[in-house]
Amino acid sequence: MPDRTEHTAADEAFRLELLSVLPHLRAFARGLSGRPDFADDLVQEAAIKAWTARERYTPGTNMRAWTFAILRNHYLSELRRSKRSTDLDEGAAERMLVMDADQEAPLHLSDMEDALQKLAPERREAVLLIGASGFSYEEAAEIAGCPIGTMKSRVARARADLARMLDGEPEMTAEPRARRSG
Amino acid sequence: MPPASGRGDEPGWAGGLRKLYNSVVDEPLPDSFKDLLKKLDGGGDA
Repeated sequence: MPDRTEHTAADEAFRLELLSVLPHLRAFARGLSGRPDFADDLVQEAAIKAWTARERYTPGTNMRAWTFAILRNHYLSELRRSKRSTDLDEGAAERMLVMDADQEAPLHLSDMEDALQKLAPERREAVLLIGASGFSYEEAAEIAGCPIGTMKSRVARARADLARMLDGEPEMTAEPRARRSG
Repeated sequence: MPPASGRGDEPGWAGGLRKLYNSVVDEPLPDSFKDLLKKLDGGGDA
């Protein structure tokens, strides 16, 4: 018999719990990346990583938060790798991922998805975790690996950006996401 | 953009954001997930 005799009741419980969060992982990944195919690849990779690491998961804790963190870390790894294969230097990619960007009011778009993709990456992640996925600030900070105050700040800025883009003035200048204005 | 739920004190985009998120949550899993599900069904290391 193959190794599947090791498929224990705990594994089965884990599998079912993991399956239940896949739709949420897809939504989070779609929001982060804005690319459906890439998002689904991210989810599958994250699910495999979670499955492989299932012994480190404590039953009864927050599977959604745990897997979101796995997906998020994998996404950042993929971003860094893709940035290395382009003209951007690694430092630029890193700044794009972690900086506290202060973009100008970019585009006037009525489409939520477009507006979301125009947020600075860490703000997009924050508003997805808090405003869409329904995590608490504490949970979101844990997932993103940042202090709660930072998470609150990112969410506030994302909200302001979205309000400006979706409800604000018709400014049509597209600014690069990685722009830092000080 | 109308809010996805009846939270009266929030901006319209906040409901739109949840609506966008929930629209993906409500999608059926695509065929590309079948192999993944089989691997997890098998119980081995995927």
